[in-house]
Amino acid sequence: MTTEAVGTLLRPLTKTLGRDWSGKSLTWLTALAALLIVAMVAVILGQIAWFGAPTLTWEFLSTAPTQGMTAGGIFPAIFGTAVLVILMVVALVPFGVGAAIYLHEYARPDAWFTRAVRFSVNNLAGVPSIVFGLFGLGFFIQFLGRNIDRALGLDVVWGQPALIWAALTLALLNLPVVIVTSEEALRTVPREMREASLALGATRWQTIRNVLLPQAMPGILTGAILSVARGAGEVAPILFTGAAYYLPYLPGAPTDQFMELGYHIYVLSTQSPDIDATKPLLYGTVLVLLLLTMLFNLTAIVLRTRMRARLAGRG
Amino acid sequence: MLTDTPAARPLPARPAPSPPRPAVGDPGARAARTVPPALVVDDFSLSYGTQPALKRVSLEVPPHSVTAIIGPSGCGKSTLLRAFNRMNDLIPGVRTTGEIRVADLDVRTADVVDLRRRVGMVFQRPNPFPKSIFENVVFGLRMLGLKDRAELEARAEASLRHAALWDEVRDRLERSALQLSGGQQQRLCIARCLAVEPEVILMDEPASALDPTATARIEELVLDLKASYTIVVVTHNMQQAARISDRTAFLLNGELIEYDETGRLFTSPSQKLTEDYITGRFG
Repeated sequence: MTTEAVGTLLRPLTKTLGRDWSGKSLTWLTALAALLIVAMVAVILGQIAWFGAPTLTWEFLSTAPTQGMTAGGIFPAIFGTAVLVILMVVALVPFGVGAAIYLHEYARPDAWFTRAVRFSVNNLAGVPSIVFGLFGLGFFIQFLGRNIDRALGLDVVWGQPALIWAALTLALLNLPVVIVTSEEALRTVPREMREASLALGATRWQTIRNVLLPQAMPGILTGAILSVARGAGEVAPILFTGAAYYLPYLPGAPTDQFMELGYHIYVLSTQSPDIDATKPLLYGTVLVLLLLTMLFNLTAIVLRTRMRARLAGRG
Repeated sequence: MLTDTPAARPLPARPAPSPPRPAVGDPGARAARTVPPALVVDDFSLSYGTQPALKRVSLEVPPHSVTAIIGPSGCGKSTLLRAFNRMNDLIPGVRTTGEIRVADLDVRTADVVDLRRRVGMVFQRPNPFPKSIFENVVFGLRMLGLKDRAELEARAEASLRHAALWDEVRDRLERSALQLSGGQQQRLCIARCLAVEPEVILMDEPASALDPTATARIEELVLDLKASYTIVVVTHNMQQAARISDRTAFLLNGELIEYDETGRLFTSPSQKLTEDYITGRFG
């Protein structure tokens, strides 16, 4: 309910009790709404930390699952998640920033191509993640992978779910975020900076490379942070494109399948033969996923803060 | 040291100079014909889309002089200034006719990067990059591909000395340029511009964002720099134009109303409009 609606409901009361009373009650109502969010976070985090912490031993972090996933650790899933996210960022950031540079620096705003790009970016952002998963399966694996195999005369190497395809699918999912935040970051660089550089005889590309990108970097990093946090937690896009139920080995090539924390949580909570034995493991895994995501975020936030301070002339 | 620059490129061959055309409203330029002008504007018009901003402006600027462009807001002074280094190119829909030459270089056909190295610019608001003082000064040189540290340092020092900033910043070249005061930042921007050794320096109201003391220093600096550079300065401030310039151009609604030696233009203008403007009857 909006505050306006609340205000309307309270108007008769206001008349009898006075303006002050309704102001106070509104303050309390909005504070309550805010408190609800804090409470939810506290309960979720608290419960996970409470039940997950005992499981969180070095052994849990460093070994593979054993006995049909009712014992052992989750190292392969941690490893797979890390590699997946790194590959995703490597594929995602150059494309995302490249598209943002094109849109902001080179594209004519009213050209049909520019409009088509913007239309696509906006719509890509609205596509459900499971659809991205299906697209990855259809395009990357069935089409791209199979054709690579055919061209190279291989049996089935590329044309199957694999780390590389899952990473690319995730990258595609996050592309709109990175494009939009990068373009926004480029837009916040003052016009005077661009003019100063051009007036000194810098070429357009030199200006982008030496003036615009460094100053837009904190903003671009924000986009990357968001995508990493999202990438580490998304299960649907990797469901068909590379995540494995269980693997006795770590992925060593981009064409290998991999275990992933989010998917592992799904497996533990739905496919377990012994729910009671799995439960502590499940809490531990969720805790690790949360910590990992927070760690990614924290690193990037620290990096961003430092960059901002440097750009502002401090530090 | 400052003459041996990798920026100095062989000048493009050009056809034999056409006979000089008389510049409109510019008796002074005729007298100085023996020295070729540093800047020539010949029947130059510019429009933003269908909106005309400059109408058939013609003038000649002698080398090693300060020329002020005055006029009320929106009269086209900044547009004219930006025509010399083609900064107007950044605005979509700009169309021009007529000719502008920087020494022997035709501005319309020149390589724009090359042109901007020969015609430097200082902006209204100090706009140092969020980098160190040193990196600001050598930015243009780095863009030219100069990498030698000793050479960069020597050029940075020379430029900062020339811009009367060296003594204030010599101990903190690696500190952020944003820590400097507004006036220092503006002199840094001038040093940055000098480092690439332009022939002409364009200044777009270079002191309008500064306090009186800093303004005085910039004005002093402009007079110093005149010995080595041709300077064109746009200003709102008629006293400033009178103090620092040798010649003054008065623009109104995109038309050049009068262009003359500064002393004469301010004491005995030939046009009624000029007189009205400088006596504060409008603008």
